Amino acid sequence: MSNFISELGVIIYATLIYTPALLYAALGSCFSEVSGVINIGIEGMMTVGAFTGAAVAYFTSSPMLGFLCAGIAGMIFGALHASATVLLNADQTISGTAINMIGPGLAILVARALFDSTDTIPLSPEQKMPLLFRGIFDTSTTFGKFMENVFGTYVSTYLVFVLVVVVWFIFYKTKFGLRLRSCGEHPEACETLGINQGFIAIAAVIFGKFRPQGALIGCLLFGFCSGLKVVLGGSGAINMQIISMIPYVVTVIVLILFVGKSHVPTANGKPFIKSR
Amino acid sequence: MKKVLAIVLALAMVFSFAACGKKEDAKQGGEEAKKFKVGMVTDVGGVNDKSFNQTSWEGLQALAKENADFEVSYLESKTDADYQTNINTFIDEGTDLIICVGYMLADATKDAATKNPNQKFAIIDDSSIDLPNVACLMFAQHEASYLVGLVAGSVTKSKTVGYVQGMVSEPMNQFGVGYIAGVLAACPDAKVLQYNANNFGDIPGGSAAATNMMTNGADVIYHAAGGTGIGVINTCAESKIWAIGVDTDQSTLSPDYVITSAMKRVDTASQDISKETKAGNFKAGVHLYDLKNGGVDLAPTRTHIPADVLTKVEQAKKDIIDGKIKVPSTAAEVPQFELK
Repeated sequence: MSNFISELGVIIYATLIYTPALLYAALGSCFSEVSGVINIGIEGMMTVGAFTGAAVAYFTSSPMLGFLCAGIAGMIFGALHASATVLLNADQTISGTAINMIGPGLAILVARALFDSTDTIPLSPEQKMPLLFRGIFDTSTTFGKFMENVFGTYVSTYLVFVLVVVVWFIFYKTKFGLRLRSCGEHPEACETLGINQGFIAIAAVIFGKFRPQGALIGCLLFGFCSGLKVVLGGSGAINMQIISMIPYVVTVIVLILFVGKSHVPTANGKPFIKSR
Repeated sequence: MKKVLAIVLALAMVFSFAACGKKEDAKQGGEEAKKFKVGMVTDVGGVNDKSFNQTSWEGLQALAKENADFEVSYLESKTDADYQTNINTFIDEGTDLIICVGYMLADATKDAATKNPNQKFAIIDDSSIDLPNVACLMFAQHEASYLVGLVAGSVTKSKTVGYVQGMVSEPMNQFGVGYIAGVLAACPDAKVLQYNANNFGDIPGGSAAATNMMTNGADVIYHAAGGTGIGVINTCAESKIWAIGVDTDQSTLSPDYVITSAMKRVDTASQDISKETKAGNFKAGVHLYDLKNGGVDLAPTRTHIPADVLTKVEQAKKDIIDGKIKVPSTAAEVPQFELK
C-alpha cells in the first residue's frame, strides 16, 4: 500500500511537471482558435516566451518579472501573427509557420548576443519560480513524501489550473467571451500541422473541443502518459523504446477518436475581410 | 502600414535563417588559403548540449583563438538525416579535417571516408571504423564513472543511489557499468536505482526520474544523459541531495549540490587531433583517452567531497593507472546493471 502511494505521488509529480508548459500554450491557443484564427505558430511563440522569461529572470533575479515578460513576449508574437492574418489577410497557416521559424531563430540570435551561446545560462534557485509547500512535510514518511511530490513543485504549475477557471469564465460568462466566440462561427474546416511541443498543445486544444476545460484534460492526459513512462521505465520490465511511444500514441489515438466529434469554430482559418 | 509590416516580417525571417550557422575567423582574400580548416559536425544534441558537442566546440574555439593558423567551424545536425549532408558540405568547402562528434555519426562517417579516401576524419566515441583516413577518439568513460561511483557509494547514507542514462548502447552502457562497479566497491550492499530515459533532451523526464529515485530512497544520483541530466541536477538541488554530472564540470549548473562530475576531455582530444593533422602526423585508428593520459578524470571542483573519500578516490585512480584495478566496461561483467 505504501508502495502504491509513493508511486502514485511520483506519477502525479511527473504529470504536474509535463503539463503546465503545454497547458499555458493551449489556453492561449484557445483564444485564437475560438476567434477563428488557426495558431500553428504556437511553437515559435512558446520558444520566444521561454527564452525571454529565462533571460529576464537571469538578469533581474526576479522569477515573477521573468514570468510576466515571458507572457508579454509571447503576446508580441501573437500580435505579429494577428497583424499578418487579420490586418493583411495573410494565410494563417503560412503566417504561423513563419512565426515557428522566426521564434527559435530570433531566440538563438539574441542568446548569442547576450550569452555567447545558443542557450540561456542555467538559473540559480533564487532566479526560479518558488516551490510551493516545499520543505514543510516530513519526507521520512511515505505520506509526507507523497505530499511533497504532489504539492512541492513550482508555483507556476498550480497557477495554470487557476487560469483554466479564469479562461473558462472569460469565454462563457463575459460579454467579451461571447463576442470572441461569435467571431469564430463561420463555416470552414480546421487543419492541423505543427511540430514538437506546439503540436501537442494544438492537439490538446482540438481534443478539448476548443474549450479551456477540454484543453486541461488534453494536456493532463499527455502529461500523465509522460509521467507513466518514467515510472514504468524504472522497473526495467518493459522495453523503453515502446514505453517512450506511449504519450504520442495516446495523443494520436485520442485525436482520431475525438476529432470527428470536436466542434471546430466554423470560421477557423478563414481570413476575415471586413467589406465582405 | 501594411508594407512596413510585410518588410519587417520578411526581414525577421531572413535573420532567423542567418542565425543557424556560425563561422569563426572567416577572413576574406588570399589569407584564407593558408589556414588549416577544421570542421565539426555535431550529433542531434546540438552545439550547446552542455555536454560533449559543446566541449569539443569550445576546445576548437580555444585552439583558433590561440593559434591564428586554424580556422574552425561547425554544422549542427537536427536529425539523423543531416549527418551525411553536413559532412558533404565540409568536403565541398575543402575542409582539412572533419571531426564527427558521437557514435551516432559512425555510419555516415564510414560512408564518406570510403568515398573520399583523401579526406581526413576524426570521430568521437566510435572505434568501429577501420580506414586509413579515420582517427577514432575513444574515452575510457567507465574509468571516470568508476571514480564518481566510489564517491557516490561513500557519501550515500541511505545506501541507495540513482543512475539515469540517456540511451542504451555499448558506449553509453560503459558509464553505468563503471559507475555501478565503483558504487559497489565503496559500499557492497548498496542499491543502484537505474533508469533509461531513451532521450538526451527531455528535461522534465530527468526531473521525474530523479523524483522517482528519491522517493525510493536514493540520496545521490549520477546521470549520463545530456540535456535530460539537466532535469536530474535541477531536481536534486531542489530536494537538497547530491547530483553527479558528466562530460564537463557540471558544478556550474548547481554549485551547492553537484558533488562531482565524470569529465571527458573531448576538448583536448579535438585540439590534439587538429594539431597532429596540421603538423602532418595524422594517425588513423584508435586514440585512447583514459585516466593515465588525463583524457578522463574527476572534475576539478572537489570542495564538496569529504577528505577521506577524496583520498580513497585518488588511491583508486592510482591503482587503475597502475593496472591493479581493472574497471569493467561491458554490461556482461556487472550483473547489477539492469538497463536494456
